[in-house]
Amino acid sequence: MILLDDVTLTYPDGDARVTAVDRVTLEGRSGVLTGITGPSGSGKSSLLALAATLVRPDSGRVMIAGTDATRLSRSQATTLRRESIGIVFQQPQLLPALTAREQLRVMAELGGSGRRERRALVRGRVDELLDAVGLAAVADRRPAQLSGGQRQRVAIARALVHEPSVLLVDEPTSALDTARGAEIMGLLARLTHERQTATLLVTHDLVHREALDETVEVVDGRAALVTTRTR
Amino acid sequence: MYVAWRDLRFARGRFALIGAVVALITLLVGFLSGLTGGLAAQNVSAVLALPGDRLVLQPTADAAATFAESAIDDSTVAAWRAAPGVESVTAVGISQARAEGPGGSAGVALFGLDSPAFGVSAAGVDEVGLSSAAATALGAGVGDTVTLAGAAFRVSSIGADLSYSHTPVLALTPGAWRALDERLGGTGAATVLAVTGTPAWDEVAAETGTTASAPLSSLTALPTFRSEIGSLALMIAMLFGVSALVVGAFFTVWSMQRAGDVAVLKALGASTPALVRDALGQALVVLVLGVGVGIGLTALLGALAGGALPFVLNPLTTLAPAAIMIALGLAGAAVSLRTVTSSDPLTALGSTR
Repeated sequence: MILLDDVTLTYPDGDARVTAVDRVTLEGRSGVLTGITGPSGSGKSSLLALAATLVRPDSGRVMIAGTDATRLSRSQATTLRRESIGIVFQQPQLLPALTAREQLRVMAELGGSGRRERRALVRGRVDELLDAVGLAAVADRRPAQLSGGQRQRVAIARALVHEPSVLLVDEPTSALDTARGAEIMGLLARLTHERQTATLLVTHDLVHREALDETVEVVDGRAALVTTRTR
Repeated sequence: MYVAWRDLRFARGRFALIGAVVALITLLVGFLSGLTGGLAAQNVSAVLALPGDRLVLQPTADAAATFAESAIDDSTVAAWRAAPGVESVTAVGISQARAEGPGGSAGVALFGLDSPAFGVSAAGVDEVGLSSAAATALGAGVGDTVTLAGAAFRVSSIGADLSYSHTPVLALTPGAWRALDERLGGTGAATVLAVTGTPAWDEVAAETGTTASAPLSSLTALPTFRSEIGSLALMIAMLFGVSALVVGAFFTVWSMQRAGDVAVLKALGASTPALVRDALGQALVVLVLGVGVGIGLTALLGALAGGALPFVLNPLTTLAPAAIMIALGLAGAAVSLRTVTSSDPLTALGSTR
């Protein structure tokens, strides 16, 4: 699970500071797809950056897999991301030189300790995950040879291949049409439930709201739980 | 190296291009090194073959000691022989003349000395020893007659390939050399002393008004060597600089182009040391391949040109420049690492590429 506990994040803006996240407490539980919605500039992406340990809050805690990420050094935070967090970016952000299969395998080649174990874990799961996202047939294609939806599926598979406990997803449907967007949202919901990841998904696109288990709305840096759905 | 290898395969055109540039620079450096080695050997191989721990020269009143002007009188030779710690003193006379042999005539360097260790030696007063290059130039073999300043000498042996100031060496006995030098207008005094032992070098040199330096250091007493090798060494050094600059510029541009990929990898959890290893490993592969091809071409062309040009092909003229090229290329590539280390993973969030 992931817990953002009373976190505040401010950015410098000239001589003043802008509050992007204002004392937000947000919990992502295992097997639950939590949507974070809100208008542009409301602080959704800042929340995701906090959850991804890419920025440190001014105050509050970010608990991931039992670790307070705000107390970690930069390299320790990198290790935490490598081991416990999967990220799906707004754009698929695939490496152009790598095939779909290699995009997943690269997760075992990111350095740090425990490389051998991670390599064994990742290599054993690559084909299974590509199959799970429906890309087994195009596993040897590079990003330029894949459609937008296929690229996003590869990105989702990459984010899950190292069995993270937390999955962070940033606007996954922004570059897709409605039908493909619905497919991706359905896939994320299924994988969240099957793999018991705590998934936080930032979206401003409420067309696909039905795929979310919970919805948190962020307005002016403040968050409120709007809906919870029982499955 | 996982991503690095795949980048190399994916962008093989770009890497082939920089590899080709590295290969061409290596070819230039290798060829210049071989040529420098060849010219140096033609200039000084005889000096380096002299059997002494130090070479003693006599400076003139108003200038530093040079092989061209040094003339050591008998009393100075005797003073060195008598100095404590001296084991042996070989007086060597050096002059240049035109020699005529059965197969042609050529300018030769006359070395008058009594030392079989030199590599070229004459057995008797009326005999000469030829270096292999002199034998070729004069078309002479053992038993043939060679004429020097009107005097005939029998070739007693053909020895090592030694040259001095770009002319092949011809060895005479000290007495024969002195007589010949006087006939050619010289004083007959020895040019240099090859001294072995452990005397107080500086003290004896000061007492006798001479200089005593190690054979390698004494090469600066050959003005042609200094200017010739200095010019070539400067060219080689500049090529090394160009190489580091070209490789550094390529990898800097390459790293900037893939800064987005690096940010994504960092966001996914890639450690900075792993990314640095990846980047330097990639540069190393390109450098090793490029330098390897360049050295291969150098060896091939050097072997082909060896007969026509003074070209030396050995580890010093091939492997040493190759190692320096790789080291400097890596140093150039290391400049590009700033892009890797300073890349902010936060930029991967929300960026559109």
